[in-house]
Amino acid sequence: MLQKDIKRLSLIMLFTPFALWIALLIIIPHLGMVVLSLREKVAPRVYEYGLGNYVDFMNEPIYWNTLLRTGSMSLLVTALALIIGFPIAYYIAKIAGYRTRGALFLLCLIPLWVSDLIRAFGWILLLRETGVVSSVLQWSGLIGEPIEFLYNDITVIVGLVYTVILFMIVPLVSTLDGMDESMVEAGYNLGGSGFTVLRRIIVPYAMPGIVSGCIVVFMLTAGSYLTPILLGGKNSSWFTEQIYEQFITRFNWESGAAFGFLLLAFTSLVVWLGLRLTGQTLANTVAKS
Amino acid sequence: MQLKTTLVSLLAATVLSSASMAQAETLRLMTWGSYAPDELVKKFEAENPDITVEVTFSNNEEMIAKLRATGGAGFDLAQPSHDRIYAAQLEYDIYKPLDLSKINTGDMETSLLDGVKANTTIEGEVYAVPHQWGTSGLMADKTKAPDFAGWGDLCDPKYKGKTSMRLKRTILLGTAFSMGENPFDAYSDLDKYQSILDKVAEKLIECKANIKAYWKGGDDLSAMMLSGEIVGSETWDSTAYKLYGENPNIVFVPPKTGALAWIDTFALPRKGKADDAAYKWINFVMQPENVTIMSGSTGAIAAVKGGLDLLPADKKAAVTAAFTPADIENLKFFANIPPGVEDMEGKTLDKIKAATGG
Amino acid sequence: MTSSPVHDLECIDVSKKFGSVRAVDNVSFTIPSGSFFSILGPSGCGKTTLMRMIAGFEDPSNGDIKIKGKSVVETPPNKRNVKMVFQHLALFPMMNVYENIAYGLRCNGASKSEIEHRVRDVLDRIALPDVAHREIHQLSGGQKQRIAIARCMVLDPDVLLLDEPLGALDLKLREAMKIELKLLQHQFNTTFIYITHDQSEALVMSDHVAIMNEGQFEQIGTPQQLYHAPNTAFVAGFVGDSNRWSGTVAQAQGSDVKVETTAGLPLNCTLIGNNVPLVGEGVEIFVRPEFITVQRQLAKTDGDIDAGHNQLEGVIDSLLFNGANSRVLVRSQTNQLIEADVTLTGGTDDLKPGDAVHLIWHAQQTMCFRT
Repeated sequence: MLQKDIKRLSLIMLFTPFALWIALLIIIPHLGMVVLSLREKVAPRVYEYGLGNYVDFMNEPIYWNTLLRTGSMSLLVTALALIIGFPIAYYIAKIAGYRTRGALFLLCLIPLWVSDLIRAFGWILLLRETGVVSSVLQWSGLIGEPIEFLYNDITVIVGLVYTVILFMIVPLVSTLDGMDESMVEAGYNLGGSGFTVLRRIIVPYAMPGIVSGCIVVFMLTAGSYLTPILLGGKNSSWFTEQIYEQFITRFNWESGAAFGFLLLAFTSLVVWLGLRLTGQTLANTVAKS
Repeated sequence: MQLKTTLVSLLAATVLSSASMAQAETLRLMTWGSYAPDELVKKFEAENPDITVEVTFSNNEEMIAKLRATGGAGFDLAQPSHDRIYAAQLEYDIYKPLDLSKINTGDMETSLLDGVKANTTIEGEVYAVPHQWGTSGLMADKTKAPDFAGWGDLCDPKYKGKTSMRLKRTILLGTAFSMGENPFDAYSDLDKYQSILDKVAEKLIECKANIKAYWKGGDDLSAMMLSGEIVGSETWDSTAYKLYGENPNIVFVPPKTGALAWIDTFALPRKGKADDAAYKWINFVMQPENVTIMSGSTGAIAAVKGGLDLLPADKKAAVTAAFTPADIENLKFFANIPPGVEDMEGKTLDKIKAATGG
Repeated sequence: MTSSPVHDLECIDVSKKFGSVRAVDNVSFTIPSGSFFSILGPSGCGKTTLMRMIAGFEDPSNGDIKIKGKSVVETPPNKRNVKMVFQHLALFPMMNVYENIAYGLRCNGASKSEIEHRVRDVLDRIALPDVAHREIHQLSGGQKQRIAIARCMVLDPDVLLLDEPLGALDLKLREAMKIELKLLQHQFNTTFIYITHDQSEALVMSDHVAIMNEGQFEQIGTPQQLYHAPNTAFVAGFVGDSNRWSGTVAQAQGSDVKVETTAGLPLNCTLIGNNVPLVGEGVEIFVRPEFITVQRQLAKTDGDIDAGHNQLEGVIDSLLFNGANSRVLVRSQTNQLIEADVTLTGGTDDLKPGDAVHLIWHAQQTMCFRT
């Protein structure tokens, strides 16, 4: 009896911080956001409930274009992170020796020790017209005029891929780590070419890791703020910037909340579609990686 | 066991810190970067040993957003610009009226004081007094862009890819003036204002190809200007003055339609807890000897009588290099922003940002 | 099956070095078509490396490997017609049974109807016709085993390699699978090469067994040859149970050798090998427990015992009861423990610990090897 009570008590005590964290920092603020997003300002200090903020969003092509643009660029970043991250993860998990492995992981981690802002400024120092890359290219005679590498979508994508790739590599490494090498050998032994083995055995096996990496990377990218703002050019709007603008510059918390909620809904929809298309379940991917 | 020790020491620390708070008053100041130089804070704390100053750096939008989030709590003194008080107060009720008898208004430049009072009086109560003023205008490298003179020159194809601006309301207003409109007059007629904004948007979208990048803050603007990546830009005068100190070819250029003038003010957040300390700080920084230190740090001119003369020598040189008396005559002070205008301007800015002009 | 002199698999002087370690050292052997061939050796003897070279996952440092008479050393693993059943089977968990078996056929570019037909066919042959659409994790251990074999056999390999595939099964199932594997091999009539460290698996199933030690083959032969006529002390000790002593030669005459063990026990032995040892040289002596007869009283008087017999007295130390395979441990007067097989009927005259007994065995069954 006593033993059971103690067990139950310790379970509650272990669970409480988590429950509090979820409730206080995630559920309640989001409910607040929903309520706020349903308020419409009719006059100073007078509000009514309605869907006006969402209707405004639908009626303004700039807003949903920005959202679609953010979504498609995030998908591109996710795809690039996967294409670049997969060989790295495979090398770390299957080819590198035990020691090299730690060192490689550490190398991947290093960018995370520096804040977003510093990293973005690092890119700016490298890529600006009078920056390191341009100067070196000029000095080596490859280009005659200084080139501006900053302020375009490619730079934004490069910067984002650099920032998020670790979050792709980690789940991939942990899934691939569990793969029996003999599975790959069996794939070859039964007559598969390298490509067949990759497509029919390694990728399907790593699918839970791929999907969970993609979810994390997509969410991080779609929700990132500093990198697209600092590296982006004149035309590069990012949806988080819209939300910031609504909240801070235009004092329009109601529509900012609606935008925030729309971003959440949109990214959730994309993730759901991704899970459906790959035939994975959330439980499956999270449990396995 | 260890947890217990940690808890005890944490508790002890809390008790101690609240005890020390009880003894000394804390002045929680929310202001612009460089508006609270260390030297002045130390001097103030020395003169008022029972007051500790805690500074948070911010900008107009964030000041309002932060005070709105708490209903005016968390800070004892804020320094928004004069045009950002009236509507914010009506809308969110975040400030409290000032007791003018506690402020040495006699030393203040009368025209600025009256202007701010006029802008920030609601139901007979005054909500702000002026602190410093400055302008937004243009800056140019004289050697590379000698005839930079008006807002429109930012879009001059001669300087293609060599100019910059900040995509905020200032450039909308400046461009409107350069197109012969008076946007402040149109504040009373929002339909008219919208038509002006549409014209401005068209012009600025067309201009996008000419712009290298929109700057976001003083640092990236300075870097672009000093490296020579751009030759002219929209700017705050204080940034231009700082660059003048590093490269005397870079000067502030008041646009021929008039530089846009702002006045940063003192206002008390509604739930501020240290009003007396706040009044002490206001009077302290407006003392002539402190004005020079402040202006040295901010590059702005104090709203006291003879404020220009109290500038440190280098800043004074920069200002006199930039302004003729006629330019000062021609200043356009930002008018109070009526409700709704921020949204209109925001949408216009979104439109410009989203357009693909180059 | 085939009358051509070509062997299914031929290894000629195959070696593999990892750094300075010779994992496989000059191994040569040929395997006739359609036989069940085992490579038996302790872990680390190089048998897995040898198998991986045959499959193509390792390149031999030197030597040649021929399949059906053609060298495959330059052929990549996916082009060799050698299929492999892995130690943990390596079934693909993300595919169902049908897809697992169809995988190799798809790689070969077989048509859809052909795949369908051949998968059905092979599932029938392994007597699992209804599992095609099950997931791998829904199968029992024995079923997985058979699917792993079917996945290879559907491709009609020249040689099937099996890398200790029974290791993960429990004892009962392992016993059953031994017989089943043998039957499957008969059914498919394909050359099986079976790698194991478990001698009973090798002896039960194989037509021929190679005993491998430290990278080299000690002996190749039928299970009976290995058991009854080991060529080396290692084989004698490794295959089957033995009482093992060291001793020195007291007298040698042809293959009849009289030795004295280090404990001072005189024994009559049969020498294995051609070099007659000198008196005083060291030898290793092996006697299998089933050849030792345990008697309470000697049936004949001392003098009647053949000169070719060994005989000694001792006291039963303990009984090792294991049904038909029961043994006794007898402590000799020289204080050595000797194992001997006995039949325990459960009756009152069964041997008990503490009984004084005589042990008798023939010199022919006392093998000695020069050390």
